[in-house]
Amino acid sequence: MTRYLLLGTGVAAIAAAEAIRSADAVGKISLVSDDPLGYYSRPGLAYYLTGELEEALLFPYQKGDFDRLNARFYRARAARLFPAEKQVELDSGARLPYDKLLIAIGAQAIPLGIPGANLQGVYKLDHLADARALLAGARHGQTAVVTGGGITALELAEGLAARGMNVHYIFRSSRYWPSVLDETESRIIEDRLRAHGIRLYPKNEVSQILGKNGRMQAVRLADGRTLKARLLAYAIGIAPRIALAREAGIACERGILVDETLQTSLPDIYAAGDVAQVYDPAAGKHVLDSLWNPAREQGRVAGLNMAGQPTPYTKSAPLNVTRLGGLTVTIIGAVASRLGEGQEEGDLLAIARGDSETWRELPDSIIAQSGFEVNRLRLMVGRKHLLGAIVVGDQKLSGPLQDLISWQVDITPIRAALLRPNAPLADILAGFVREWGKGVHR
Amino acid sequence: MLKRLFRAERARLEAMVAGQVTPDSTRCVQCGICSFNCPIGIDVRRHAWLGQPVVNSRCLTCGECVARCPRGVLVFARSDLFLTGGGK
Repeated sequence: MTRYLLLGTGVAAIAAAEAIRSADAVGKISLVSDDPLGYYSRPGLAYYLTGELEEALLFPYQKGDFDRLNARFYRARAARLFPAEKQVELDSGARLPYDKLLIAIGAQAIPLGIPGANLQGVYKLDHLADARALLAGARHGQTAVVTGGGITALELAEGLAARGMNVHYIFRSSRYWPSVLDETESRIIEDRLRAHGIRLYPKNEVSQILGKNGRMQAVRLADGRTLKARLLAYAIGIAPRIALAREAGIACERGILVDETLQTSLPDIYAAGDVAQVYDPAAGKHVLDSLWNPAREQGRVAGLNMAGQPTPYTKSAPLNVTRLGGLTVTIIGAVASRLGEGQEEGDLLAIARGDSETWRELPDSIIAQSGFEVNRLRLMVGRKHLLGAIVVGDQKLSGPLQDLISWQVDITPIRAALLRPNAPLADILAGFVREWGKGVHR
Repeated sequence: MLKRLFRAERARLEAMVAGQVTPDSTRCVQCGICSFNCPIGIDVRRHAWLGQPVVNSRCLTCGECVARCPRGVLVFARSDLFLTGGGK
């Protein structure tokens, strides 16, 4: 009987466990995690913060789902790997043996390395426990400072604003998320945030947190201003949790390097999800994704390989659907708007939650864009294919675009029309998709 | 009040004509807002995880889950049930 040991209880580990169970009805599956709350929707924390969702609903698995998995859960931290003995030592000192091991322990927030960061009232958002603590500290009518450049920082700002706090949002770049959004898109989001009462401080940063008796009372900004605030929430990027693997001699760069079967440099040890750095054939290198669906797919593929069903992982065009300033935004494929801009922005050296490095690749393409106010569409048009797209607002086209980009559909019949000045992109695309659906262009 | 009732009924009828709630699993992050807002407690999220349409005789096709999903996972899609076997 094969012993499968999975480190982590996030979506990658759960998908791996489901895949293993589908292929091996009798194998012994064990999951080890130091998150006392187990498996919940990490992206759902954004909606928990705004109050749209009760906490109990963040847990997708019901009792029957756990029963079907027939797995054993250990609440512990994996302290050390012994690849030669095929054992994992827990923080209690106990050792668990394995035949196949999966490391799916995710990533963690990069700490805020400034004076005062240890004061009470300073929050990150890694786990549900962090979200609980933040909500317990939030007070209607009082001031909150949020800092960081990506999606999570915005979720913190919007969540605290929805709880009635006066939010001051501080970020280093000259506009919101410049490595992925172009100038118009950033402005659309920024205007919406302002309309929600959030005050923006671009080209600025929190240089110090001031406090008394162990509790924060204010922040000092790089421009010298001081803001009195009850709390500070930060999201300045995440780092894959690779220490455990690195100490065991597993090859790592920023994440754990895996091959197309999700196996690491050591036999019978696999990695999936935010901790894994997977090979992207399009980019010709290993890249990090911090997205829910790739984590799920990687977990599934790793699980099948662990259970003896050889399955390659094919990295698809990264897709994220998110809500920025109350607007639904879909980001597909490669969308960087200007080469080098990301490098200038300190916040963007790290990957953020809900982020994919592939988006930053500047495709060899021409940009076509159209839109007004809150509905906007930007396409990265390659020689024969669409390479990426951002859809802001109305999402009718985001599903079809997802197909056109991930299936690399030949768009030669409409390419010239798309690139004409002021072309009605949405109409052209909608017509093409209709025809394509009927098989006209296949 | 009466106007709202009519509006809801009209939405329901339109949805029923359109078909059943169908998920695009690649967009779903299992947040549970769909299940949370289902008035009769169908676990819509589970369907999204499995990539299966909501085939449940109790589904009112009221559209709450479709409208509330923050990521556009759910759409009404025409059921193939009536299109198989006999052409159109």
